Amino acid sequence: MADILLQGGRVIDPARDFDANADVLLQGGKVARVGSGIAVPAGAKVIDVKGLWVVPGLIDMHTHLREPGQEYKENIETGTAAAAAGGFTAVCAMPNTRPPNDNRAVTELIVRRAREVGAVRVYPIGCITQGQKGETLSEMGELQEAGCVAVSDDGRGVMNSEVMRRALEYARGLGLPVIQHAEDTALSSGGPAHEGAVTTRIGLRGQPAAAESAMVARDIELVALTGAAYHVAHVSCAETVRLVRDAKARGLPVTCEVTPHHLMLTDEACAGYDTSTRVNPPLRSDRDVAAVREALSDGTIDAVATDHAPHSPVEKDVEFEQAAPGLIGLETALALCLELVETKVLSPTVLITRMSTAPARILHLSGGTLAPGSPADVTVIDPKAAWICEPNRLRSRSRNTPFGGRSMRGRAMLTIVEGNIAFAQEKFVG
Amino acid sequence: MTGAHAFTQKHLLGMEHLSAGEITTILDLGEHFLQIADRPIKKVPTLRGKTVINLFLEPSTRTRTSFEIAAKRLSADGVNFSASSSSTTKGETLIDTATNLDAMSPDIVVLRHAQAGAAHLLTKHIKAAVVNAGDGQHEHPTQALLDASTMRAHKGKIEGLTVVICGDIDHSRVARSNIFALRKLGARVRVAGPRSLLPLGIESLGVEAFDRIEPALEDADVVMMLRIQLERKAGSRFPNTREYARVFGLNARRLALAKPDAIVMHPGPMNRGVEISPEVADGPRSVVLEQVSRGVAIRMAVLYLLGGGSDATE
Repeated sequence: MADILLQGGRVIDPARDFDANADVLLQGGKVARVGSGIAVPAGAKVIDVKGLWVVPGLIDMHTHLREPGQEYKENIETGTAAAAAGGFTAVCAMPNTRPPNDNRAVTELIVRRAREVGAVRVYPIGCITQGQKGETLSEMGELQEAGCVAVSDDGRGVMNSEVMRRALEYARGLGLPVIQHAEDTALSSGGPAHEGAVTTRIGLRGQPAAAESAMVARDIELVALTGAAYHVAHVSCAETVRLVRDAKARGLPVTCEVTPHHLMLTDEACAGYDTSTRVNPPLRSDRDVAAVREALSDGTIDAVATDHAPHSPVEKDVEFEQAAPGLIGLETALALCLELVETKVLSPTVLITRMSTAPARILHLSGGTLAPGSPADVTVIDPKAAWICEPNRLRSRSRNTPFGGRSMRGRAMLTIVEGNIAFAQEKFVG
Repeated sequence: MTGAHAFTQKHLLGMEHLSAGEITTILDLGEHFLQIADRPIKKVPTLRGKTVINLFLEPSTRTRTSFEIAAKRLSADGVNFSASSSSTTKGETLIDTATNLDAMSPDIVVLRHAQAGAAHLLTKHIKAAVVNAGDGQHEHPTQALLDASTMRAHKGKIEGLTVVICGDIDHSRVARSNIFALRKLGARVRVAGPRSLLPLGIESLGVEAFDRIEPALEDADVVMMLRIQLERKAGSRFPNTREYARVFGLNARRLALAKPDAIVMHPGPMNRGVEISPEVADGPRSVVLEQVSRGVAIRMAVLYLLGGGSDATE
């Protein structure tokens, strides 16, 4: 690969508390230097990034690539292409594939396919329990050896408290974070939308916010018991925010993430029965949206994660309650979060912390910083670029987004993975 | 009745998005069609040559029969397509079923479906006008219209009435449609029942909620009792039907709390001895069967307005 010199951008590297105009030199797949007036090495590719942000590559902690098993929705090639276009240099692949990633053979397949066709880094996440059934622990040690960076039964919460306790203990011993899809399924009872004034009006069955927060409350007590690193996936409600805030104040190793859709949309979005708004956890009330925004700003919520969940028309062109939950997010996440910068909810530094630095820290990944010697995983962002979200032009194999037609502001211009250009906006790099 | 009606909707999906004027138009037309049931030949030619498909994907006898009679009395050609005989049990999607039927050029599709929003979904995929004959827990607009028609006939007008809806509010599309319609027409609406059967945030629809039916019944003009929808797992929300009947059932003693001329309504099917005692169900203040009669007339009015029939007075 040629060396790359990114000239004159605004370099934001929260891990080093750095925010200034500077050049960034990438050599041999590593960040070589960050500073002003770096001389152009012979043969280096020089890219003018004046007026743009140069940040450590964005990392999505929560992605569904659907391979193996549901390649008609997405595969590693299309999913990572979408990630690159969205500014992500790494994604974490959730294990609810077919078969689920609960054994080393599946992990190895994902790692190999990612090496063959992946545009960005793929970090597999293994199952907590075999078959995600919530009964028997999966072979976490082997999963870790094969490349898994965390365990999760995402799509389902671990209902049995004893199983969850032992999972936390065992994972702690391995140094594997446990990511919980917090949902008490007895309470949620399959309700496709947030239980509240909107479901009451439009007649959809609801699931209460307590279906999430009750499980988080239990888990926090289990974290206190076991000392394991525990991460709450897709926090959606004010009560969970309060519980996590309290847990952090107690000094417990609890972290959490929020999705762009839970930051941007309320349950009112479901009023037209548009199945692209059917997602689990469901879109919540405006009070909940205000709470997760505040928590993202103050650090109670550590990370933004997309929960990119591709589905085909087979799963989505049906009745609302029948529709599979989930929406795609890799190509819209950055622009949506930049709206929060525009409206002063987040500073640029906090945004990059939540989308890169923190995910790397929580999952112990290399990257998340532009410190010399770090992997040359870099995203160049034009925070002002105006574009319209056209689902048919997205790189994901699926089209299930509620943001189709939305006027966006800000996008990734260049995504560099290990010193190679994984994505460049048209005409940006000659 | 003249040809000009204040009704421009293509579909009837629910009461939430109808105006008071549109509701009144349907009620007025319903009064007109009511007379047809008393004629020796109960048929007018207004929808001759029009095709109405009753697409009933959830068990229903009375609503389907009512729509069928309404279509026949307007001389429309009615076809029934029911869940038991449908291809949906063979794995076909609702959209495929509907577009296949639509390819046969019906003018109106009447849909009954177990899930909220199903009628909305249909309108995005077919050319025919869609009548929502009940979508999950969401709406059942023709029921609310026939209920309003019945109330208006007994009370003169809806505005200013106090209407109490009692029972399984959470699972009830009848309650939702009635709340929307009655609020638009100026009635005060109370809902009452065990707290575990009242949906969260029901007050946001402009109603007063009561945990017990006694205080709700005070000075009521209309008492509407709802069935417990055991098929929607309502049974886990309260101990058993015996206790329900004792604590929340409408009997003569409780009805005495309402105004002396209060009427008692029920959308059916009734569970006698549970939400309503036989003496009240069959008593002089019960207008349950009149609701059924008016149901045909109201559905004729709806089919007429959506089917673009010729002058209703001919």
